[in-house]
This record gives sequence, C-alpha cells and structure tokens, in this order.
Amino acid sequence: MIILIGAGGIAGAYCRYYFGKWVFSKRVTLFPLATFIINISGSFLLGLLYSLHIQGDIPDWCWLMLGTGFCGAYTTFSTFGYETIQLLEKKKIGFAFAYIVLSVIFGLLFAWLGMDLG
Amino acid sequence: MNAIALAVGAFIGTILRYEMEKWIEPLPNGLPEGTLVINWIGCLFLGWFFTIILFRFTVPLSVRTGVGTGFTGAFTTFSTFSVETINLIKKHQYSLALSYVLLSVLCGVLLAVAGYYIAKYQFNKVNRERNAS
Repeated sequence: MIILIGAGGIAGAYCRYYFGKWVFSKRVTLFPLATFIINISGSFLLGLLYSLHIQGDIPDWCWLMLGTGFCGAYTTFSTFGYETIQLLEKKKIGFAFAYIVLSVIFGLLFAWLGMDLG
Repeated sequence: MNAIALAVGAFIGTILRYEMEKWIEPLPNGLPEGTLVINWIGCLFLGWFFTIILFRFTVPLSVRTGVGTGFTGAFTTFSTFSVETINLIKKHQYSLALSYVLLSVLCGVLLAVAGYYIAKYQFNKVNRERNAS
C-alpha cells in the first residue's frame, strides 16, 4: 500500500514540476499561475475521487493511490505560502492578496464541483 | 539527477503526510487538525529552506528540487484542504469552515514569513561573527 501511495505521490510531484517548468517557459508573470492552476485542478480531481470513494465506486487502493498519493502531492500548500511571501517581498501587496483569495475561492468551488459530479 | 531527487523527495513527503494524517485525529469539533499541522510545518520549513540556500549554503539544484519541490511540495497539500473545507460547509459548520480557511491561510503565510526571517537571522549572525573576528 505504501508503494502505491508513494508511486501516486511521485507522479503528482512530476506533474507539478513539469507543468511549472512549462508555464515558466511561456512567460514570466507576476502571478504564480502554475501553482494556482495546479491547486484548483487538483482540488477538483480530489473532490471527484472523494465522492467516488465515499460511495464505494472505486476500490480503496485506487483512492489511496490517486487521492492521497497523486492529488495530495500534485497540489501543494507550502509553495503557495512561499510564493505569497515572495510577492509581499516585492511589495506587490495587491497581487499577494489576490493570489490568496482567488486560490481559496476557486479551490473550494472546484472541489465542490468535483464532489457533486462524483 | 534532478528527476531522481524529485522522486525520492516526493515519495518520502507523500508517505509522511499519509502517516501523519492517520496519527493526528481531527479535533472533537471536527477541525481537520492533521492537514492543518502538516501545511503549517511545510510553510515554515519551505520559507526557511528556500531562503537559507540563497544566503548561507550553496546547494546543488538537485537538492533544492528534491527537498523543496519534491519533499515539501508533496508533504503539504491544497486539495485535501479544499475537500475538507467543503465537507465542513456541507455539514453546515460554517464558522468552523471559516476558521479552518483562516487558520490554514493566514498562519501558513505567517509561518512562511517566520521561516524567511529565521534564515535571514542565521545569515546575519554568521556575518556578524565573521566581522567581529
């Protein structure tokens, strides 16, 4: 079980890392767009998986690998915090505030959507 | 090397989160304490780590990726935080949901700032000692 969860975690971190690199290569923006999109899409996917798991539509190993492992490692809170303080350090208070508020609002909204779809 | 470091860090971070979630029960009122503590630790650590390697230690890129992006990134999570908050809202525990969001976000950012200043303090302390000798 540990191997499955860990494998899901590795896959999630890879997706986050390469997606971040890809977004960064497109154009350097003031807004941490990569983490923003990752956290929202991951919230949606975990919401979907959570509903399926609660209803017993998917086996336990599937929930642990894709939910706990993949979604858990794909989305991140620490980078979100660090990017916020980077914005604060650059005196971009408005951007920092917008980043926090929009991440939370859209994260919750998409988690709800995923849960209702599941 | 970067890819291997990322995988090793992510594996350890994910398993540590899984074990801690099992070990730290939600509070009696239903506040998801496990995720909260995990995200707090991760914010403090990353604020410190990314700052200390800028000033104090030069580490290879693979270490930065393995520890920062891999381990800490996989250890902390946003998706569980979102789903747990929605679950509180669905149970009509609105004030608890709001508390959870505020505690996660505000304390998370404050702890990242604290990590940043701890690293800066360590760097300045070393410099002062150097200048004194």
